[in-house]
Amino acid sequence: MTDPHTPGLARRDFLRLGLVAGPASLVAACGWDGGPLIKPRLQAISRLNDWVGEKILLSPNRLAPTYATSARSTTVPAYFISDDVPTLAQPSAWSLEVGGLVRRPTRLTLAMLQALPSVTYTVKHHCVEGWTAIATWTGVPVATVAALVEPLPAARHLRFDSFDDGYFNGWDLTSGMHAQTILAYAFNDRPLSPERGAPLRLYSPIKLGYKLTKYLTRMSFTAERPGGYWEDQGYPWLGGV
Amino acid sequence: MTTVPADTNLPAAAPAVRRHHGVVRLAHWLNAATLAGMIASGLQIYLAFPHFGTKERTYALPNPWDGGGIPEAARLGGWLAGGLNWHFALAWPFVITGLVYLLFLAFSGEWRSLLFRPRDVRPAIDMQLYYLRLRKQHPPQGKHNALQKAAYTFIVALGAASALSGFAIYKPVQLAWLVTLLGGFELARYWHFLAVWTFIAFTVLHVVLVFTVDPASLRAMITGWYRGRFPSHD
Repeated sequence: MTDPHTPGLARRDFLRLGLVAGPASLVAACGWDGGPLIKPRLQAISRLNDWVGEKILLSPNRLAPTYATSARSTTVPAYFISDDVPTLAQPSAWSLEVGGLVRRPTRLTLAMLQALPSVTYTVKHHCVEGWTAIATWTGVPVATVAALVEPLPAARHLRFDSFDDGYFNGWDLTSGMHAQTILAYAFNDRPLSPERGAPLRLYSPIKLGYKLTKYLTRMSFTAERPGGYWEDQGYPWLGGV
Repeated sequence: MTTVPADTNLPAAAPAVRRHHGVVRLAHWLNAATLAGMIASGLQIYLAFPHFGTKERTYALPNPWDGGGIPEAARLGGWLAGGLNWHFALAWPFVITGLVYLLFLAFSGEWRSLLFRPRDVRPAIDMQLYYLRLRKQHPPQGKHNALQKAAYTFIVALGAASALSGFAIYKPVQLAWLVTLLGGFELARYWHFLAVWTFIAFTVLHVVLVFTVDPASLRAMITGWYRGRFPSHD
């Protein structure tokens, strides 16, 4: 049985044991996503990374590279969280609600949005999964719509809501006001299909795909930082590229 | 002279030399643990799109894990978001440890015994001949032989390359210059994984050589004191 003096086990053996057992128990405890002990710390570092990403790495005026339309990808995956492709019962009754901390809240129909000055670009889409795809998008800059509703000084963030089973995203204002951040109504020169987020979706080449809310219903300016469907489950909040 | 108590495991004549500064030992083991976590979480992230290239065309580049097949025991994070959070959290100690190590080498002058320079080419060939048993005598060496210098210079460069390619695929628009330098996002992602395979191959070889050629160096990396076959200083 065990000898209390454990002859034969020198101090260095314990050291070696610790070198192996430490990381092993850590991995065993955290094989998932960190567990109750480490996950909150990983989330805290993720917030720090968001801060670095927004305040240091993000240049408000740097434009994502654009491509020739001949460079378009033939395969551009489209994701939604509902069981079936989300569609409107009455597309003609749809309008985008723009409000929150603004001086002049409003509702914009698709015709009104299409009458505003538009932007068209062919850019590379970056998915958090690691794949990319090049496509052409047309829409109204979020900044143009913001100018219509006049955000209050207290507005620090944007929240985008959808009719895709409650999917939503929170954005930093800097990325939202970026010249290439648009409310898109066309994909590769044609009106958005239901798979791509018809009638209106958020698009920007400076964010990962999961930040680009499809099936938009509302855009609101907020003081507090809104979460997001995937962000609240652990995905990085900023999602900037 | 004072007598040192005899350690029965070692030849009585083995002289003890101070080999590794505490900063180097701490950096070595911190880096080993961090890198293991970076690789395991990286493999978890990779599974979300287990190909190189685009959705419509997988590049004709060697990839032992095309289509996936990475066992769960080799992954960290459980799902994509968990893998991402581990990866981006461990990137801090990985980069900071690397920078502290490089600063220590620069200011302590230790870099002289580690950096592979043109004048090390000849001794490296001699060393290789010795390992191939085409040369009988072990070539004279300082703290490290020329092949070790090549290996330790290479591994620091590999660490830098993995960090740079990682930053490129982390912020490909903000760091567009870096992406361009690496041949585009898809290739940068490939280089990042090539670094992983090289790290794994290096580590296997490194550990095998430690145990077969110079086991005393393991103890030196833990305690700082070396009592093995190659006690000379630079």
